[in-house]
Amino acid sequence: MTWPALLSLAAGTYLIRLLGLLLPGRVRVPAHVERYFDLGATALLLALVAVSTFTLDGGFAGWARPLGVLVGAVAAWRRVPFVLVVIIAAGTTALLRLAGLP
Amino acid sequence: MNDARDALALAVAVSVVGVSFGALATAAGVPLLITMAMSLLVLAGGAQFLAVAIIAAGGGPVAAVAGGLLLNLRHLPYGLAVADVVGDRWPAKVFGAHLLIDEVVAFSRARGSGARARRAYWTSGILLATFWNAGTLLGVVAGSAIPDPSVFGVDAAFPAALLALLLPALRRSDARRVGLASAVIAVASTPFLAPGLPVLAGLLGLGVAGRKASS
Repeated sequence: MTWPALLSLAAGTYLIRLLGLLLPGRVRVPAHVERYFDLGATALLLALVAVSTFTLDGGFAGWARPLGVLVGAVAAWRRVPFVLVVIIAAGTTALLRLAGLP
Repeated sequence: MNDARDALALAVAVSVVGVSFGALATAAGVPLLITMAMSLLVLAGGAQFLAVAIIAAGGGPVAAVAGGLLLNLRHLPYGLAVADVVGDRWPAKVFGAHLLIDEVVAFSRARGSGARARRAYWTSGILLATFWNAGTLLGVVAGSAIPDPSVFGVDAAFPAALLALLLPALRRSDARRVGLASAVIAVASTPFLAPGLPVLAGLLGLGVAGRKASS
């Protein structure tokens, strides 16, 4: 990693972030389009959840991680406090790995 | 729900990943100052790991930047969704843009809209950024003494946390339809697309949004 590469990545990332924040103020957005912005964020976040639950370097991540996420998700659905959800998910996966599941 | 406590829990998990980033970048031969500047200025874990991995694999700086930016393109539609939460005045936009992180977007959206969502955005953004950088520094200093964070199952903590934060939004049936379609598309396309593209492809899930919201 070189300084020019790092600064390009940083500047590009910042401009992507800023552009999304500035656009809705620049153009008048009708309500039905705003609904798509909202659904779009949900779509991207769930896509990220799915990819980071099941995949690693383009392949299957192994069972320990998705099982941990599943246990965490059930806990969240049963209204377990957020802090515990995070600990339960990580703990389940850690224990499964300790037991030899990849 | 205690917003600051929840944000802190997320920040602690982020710091563990930050430690592993610092250790990995150092092992890949990235100088201390560049590693620290990456965490401070890029502030996007996935892109930072990818860029370092591409360099370590001999991919060259141009490929590293292109790969990182491709992975970060999802932040643009995030911005569209949280623009009014971040703030109206330009200092809020200029500083708030830097804190636009997956977990921060999910965290503030889970608090609805208005003043509480705004506070949640800034609290979680500043906490996550601070812990990410502190973790990176620790990882650089401790280096190879750091165990692989997968031992602690941290990789399961993030999807579970995001999912927990998304549950309120998923009470709407159109959001459930779109989210499910998006998740399926993203996972199914992962073996065939460059990192970052599968998540963007998830936007195709908007095709099943239907006409109006219902509960």
